[in-house]
Amino acid sequence: MKPLSGDRPGHPAATALILLLLAALVALPFVLPGARAMGTGGRIAIFVVLAASYDILLGYTGIVSFAHTVFFAIGAYAVAIPLARGWGGWESILLGTLAGAVCAATLSAAIALLSLRVRAIFFSMVTLAAASLAQLLASQMRDVTGGEDGITFALPPALTPAFRLLAEPLFGTRVDGRMLTYYLILAVALILFLAMLRIVNSPFGRVLQAIRENAFRAEALGYRVVTYRALASGLAGGFAALAGSLFALQLRYVGPDSVLSFDIMVDILLMVVIGGMGTLFGPALGAALIVMCHTYLQLALQSMPQTVRDLPLIGPLVGPLLAPDRWLLWLGVLFVAIVYAFPAGIVGTLRQRRRA
Amino acid sequence: MKPPSWSPVLIVPLLALAALPAMAGATWITLTVAGVTMGVMLFLMASGLTLVFGLMDVLNFAHGAFVTLGAFVAVSVMGALAGQAEAASWGANLAALGAAAAAAAAACGAVGWVFERVIVRRVYGSHLRQILITVGGLIIAQQLILAGWGAAPLHVGKPLMLRGSISLAGAAIETYRLAALAVGLVLFALMLGVLNRTRVGLLVRAGVENREMVEALGFRIRRLFVGVFVAGAALAGVGGAMWAVYQETVTVAIGAEMTILVFIVVIIGGLGSVGGCFAGAILVGLAANYVGFLAPRLALGTNIALMVAILLWRPRGLLPVSKS
Amino acid sequence: MTGPLLRLSGVQTHIGRYHILHGVDLEVPEGRTTVLLGRNGAGKTTTLRTIMGLWRASAGALQFGGRDITRMETPDIARLGIAYVPETMGVFTQLTVRENFLLATAGGRFDQRRLQGVFGLFPILEQKFDQTAGGLSGGQKQMLAVARAMLEPCRLMIVDEPTKGLAPSIITTLIEAFRLLADAGTTILLVEQNFHLARSVGDGVAAMDDGRVVHAGRMADLAADEALQARLLGLSLAAHQ
Repeated sequence: MKPLSGDRPGHPAATALILLLLAALVALPFVLPGARAMGTGGRIAIFVVLAASYDILLGYTGIVSFAHTVFFAIGAYAVAIPLARGWGGWESILLGTLAGAVCAATLSAAIALLSLRVRAIFFSMVTLAAASLAQLLASQMRDVTGGEDGITFALPPALTPAFRLLAEPLFGTRVDGRMLTYYLILAVALILFLAMLRIVNSPFGRVLQAIRENAFRAEALGYRVVTYRALASGLAGGFAALAGSLFALQLRYVGPDSVLSFDIMVDILLMVVIGGMGTLFGPALGAALIVMCHTYLQLALQSMPQTVRDLPLIGPLVGPLLAPDRWLLWLGVLFVAIVYAFPAGIVGTLRQRRRA
Repeated sequence: MKPPSWSPVLIVPLLALAALPAMAGATWITLTVAGVTMGVMLFLMASGLTLVFGLMDVLNFAHGAFVTLGAFVAVSVMGALAGQAEAASWGANLAALGAAAAAAAAACGAVGWVFERVIVRRVYGSHLRQILITVGGLIIAQQLILAGWGAAPLHVGKPLMLRGSISLAGAAIETYRLAALAVGLVLFALMLGVLNRTRVGLLVRAGVENREMVEALGFRIRRLFVGVFVAGAALAGVGGAMWAVYQETVTVAIGAEMTILVFIVVIIGGLGSVGGCFAGAILVGLAANYVGFLAPRLALGTNIALMVAILLWRPRGLLPVSKS
Repeated sequence: MTGPLLRLSGVQTHIGRYHILHGVDLEVPEGRTTVLLGRNGAGKTTTLRTIMGLWRASAGALQFGGRDITRMETPDIARLGIAYVPETMGVFTQLTVRENFLLATAGGRFDQRRLQGVFGLFPILEQKFDQTAGGLSGGQKQMLAVARAMLEPCRLMIVDEPTKGLAPSIITTLIEAFRLLADAGTTILLVEQNFHLARSVGDGVAAMDDGRVVHAGRMADLAADEALQARLLGLSLAAHQ
């Protein structure tokens, strides 16, 4: 597997997983028909882009930002607001997506320029405050964002479930607007992912890696570290906004809880770190894993531990920990274990094995 | 290099004075007491974070979990001591509140000790891993609290005698605020006493400035750090307990909400500085109350605006710690 | 005791990805003053920091008083009786002179005889006893750093370039301090670029270059051998002129 940039997953197992993910996403509507499966699939595709864009920041420059959801939200609102006001269909989507990406990229670069001059640890704290400010704005500016309730809107007819592209079912599945939306999201997500792969493997990406390894040395070699970091932040923000626009199309709804909550930020961190920082392929796998955990780890916890809960003594103690709502606990434990033992994440660790 | 100047702290009384012409005198007194009380509680929550950072360069993003834990422990203890809390007796009321705060401190101190051993210990030196691992710790801690207490908001009543308010120069002041203020000020004084009058305090102040040299003088700074971490967790627990009883409602989100305020406080104060942390906490408390009265719509964004303004004025905070 | 008080054999140290010490062999005999010479970047400071456990040796062994200290933690090494005055002086600028001194005392109490001795050498520190050390001049800070190391009896005093950037009058005071210490039988390991000072206090000398000790011997021999001086001091001075 050698996508455009010449970058590869770096290990047969990783390559296999990536190909499997791609094949599964492409075949999904025909294998598992239904809104729920396509919802999960679309979510995976979108979070692959979102996690990869965060990886440009975290993995390729070593900066921890907690404001990444802000850019995701900008992209989502940029599509939702014009559509909700009925300003045309496809033009709104295109222009909104574009405007959102430009806004987010500019804002992201500006925040970076302002706060990267101070210590990197300040940056993390300041972005946390910025994220909470954004949540506040989104829920207070009721006229623009719909406040806490968010915005519900209609898509162009071709993307609605009622639309039939083919009169006859294909391989026994109806080809409707929902499926079109799904493939649109999948195609755009794939293009965005390949574009990011291309960027991190360009000379620009290599400078970013040099900065991550040793900022002082890169500065001494004549690279303006702040400029590069700000550019990386801008790119990461822009791609996050594009993912946000896709998310708006998928949900046909945008609200503070669905695009701005701290839970999403935590999800992104889990995806990137568990998958493997600085590999792009890792966050893609991480995104698939976490999104599936959201749905299926709950189900697994629901079905499994009745026997455990009935055990004497340890039952009452362990029961609450195995409750279906506590799935995030186990991901948290996995996350901490990975930061300790395999800081390179799944893909990074596989690559190291291969080299060793 | 000159020794640090305390003059930036003057911004705190200046802010209070600047608010005076904008409102009636009695209102001003009420708001100022409320602001200082909130500030004192914020200080309790933030002091451990800033000292831990100063001493070991460790930024604990899970510090808010101690606030949450303290809040929940206090609610449980208050529930168990409902008899004392509902009695029309100052002694019984204060004993219940004191027991709740003490239990919160003990629980958070113990959890802090475990947290330092299991989560923080092996990631010294790398900020990236620190942030990640403590965020992981935060996720786990929140989930454990949810497993223990459930997701529904819990209610807790203030002790009976602390429910009303007293009148001071025509201004109504909630009794509970005065109690919280007293607790906060006593703990602050205690902390200053330990830092400035004891050998352990001397070591902490020296360690904040130059950890290596303290070690080269033969002191095991690791033990000192564990002590400070545990004490900081316990103080955050007390802060969470006082805050929970003040709010009368607790959800697991309290930690995340307070984390942002606490970060703003330590950034404003200057990371590592206890005096700066106190000034920053009072400043945030005052600003929140004044703006909340004068322009309620702006209230929630005030803290962030305040932080940006202070950072533009003094990029390293009010009382930065010099590292050598 | 037989053998040197401090012995480094084949010590290698990495700082991050940089290989700084390439196998340092060094002996510091008891009761003597040993001067470590060498140009900037030769590895002198790294050697001292490795002795103190502030950097970890990646290979080789360090022994102090017959004990292996290679893997020991810094505080434990210090407690064996090593006083360390780093290149950066390690003065706590936010603390008073008194508090700086208190940190160096055993159990937080001054030995009055030693304290008066230190004040006799550096009277300015007595005057500024209750002022914050941040207000001292550079020379006064250096005096504070050396004085702090003299407050308790120690088996070895390690001093890293105490005269760097100081006025001649202060250097004279420091020379006097090192002589007094030497007369009292203190073992001293001193990094020094100033050959005048090095010659007036040193019994033994070791010269470093490129992460190794390239010469070790008696100071008297070096003082008498101008060719060797030119070679070693060339090493030492080339970077400065």
